[in-house]
Amino acid sequence: MARKTPGLNTGAMSDISFLLLAFFLMVSNINTDMGIARKLPPPLPPEQEAPDVRERNIFVVMVNKDDRLLFNREYGRIEDLKDRAKEFLGNPNNLPNLPEKEPTEIELLGTVDVSKGVISLRNDRGTSYDMYLQVQNELTAAIKEMRDELSVARFGKKFADVTEAQRTAIEQAIPVAISEAEPTKIGG
Amino acid sequence: MGSMSDIIFMLLFFFMVITTMRESSLYVKIIPPQGSEVTKLEKKSLVSYINVGVPLPDQQKKYGTEPRIQLNDQISEVSDIVTFCELERSARPEADRPFITTAIKADKMVRMGMVSDIKQELRQAGALKIFYNASKGNGKKK
Repeated sequence: MARKTPGLNTGAMSDISFLLLAFFLMVSNINTDMGIARKLPPPLPPEQEAPDVRERNIFVVMVNKDDRLLFNREYGRIEDLKDRAKEFLGNPNNLPNLPEKEPTEIELLGTVDVSKGVISLRNDRGTSYDMYLQVQNELTAAIKEMRDELSVARFGKKFADVTEAQRTAIEQAIPVAISEAEPTKIGG
Repeated sequence: MGSMSDIIFMLLFFFMVITTMRESSLYVKIIPPQGSEVTKLEKKSLVSYINVGVPLPDQQKKYGTEPRIQLNDQISEVSDIVTFCELERSARPEADRPFITTAIKADKMVRMGMVSDIKQELRQAGALKIFYNASKGNGKKK
């Protein structure tokens, strides 16, 4: 007596394999690297001296080996760093002890006062990487907030949502003005 | 219908293999610091990694307990970084070379002296685009 072999129901198989596929697609994307991007200055020719910068245009942030902060030779806290940096770079009231501004012609924005301020970051060899990154993080936050403010005021959108040309214009108006000192042992 | 699930299975195996292949074994322990302003690292094929941290317990006999640098899959010295950058550069097509980013993956307990040394070497090597790896989070406010 010939018996019919029952057919396997394979309809659900493609569903299951789709599910697995979607899972692996997601998993392979999860470990994206996050972090803070920076640009290093090109190496200085040995005979060339560092450019002369006026004192009002520099905001010195020092971190010692115990991860303590000094802003312009005064003790400071990391919570205050963002606001201090914004105040310094923005100089909203044109105070004489905060950086000068230079009117610059920028495409899409017209004439903008670009701050000549530079944040000078100095760290000890004993500073922990964690603290260093927190400082960089706060400075990034300050610059990002200023860019957002300008972007909303001029283009009505956040900095992350503007077009490529507008982004370039804002980057020119508010540059990442962070200078890192040549490594020394400042002790503390 | 029958061939469709075959194709899906093939894709599935492809992605399974890819996900395991990307992991290169680390010899150093890295807990990245946290930051709130972190951004994504773009164009992964143009990134070379420098890992810095304390060697893992099973490697400590060989490499000690002080933070070390791992380039590709071997523990190296600071002075090897210039050569490493040259190699990484020559491995990429010429049109892409200006866009190579060097990602510094360092443990949060690493001292800045070591990171500064790495940065000086990178400046000498002309690898000026760098990226400090950090994970998304609130960070540690003191």
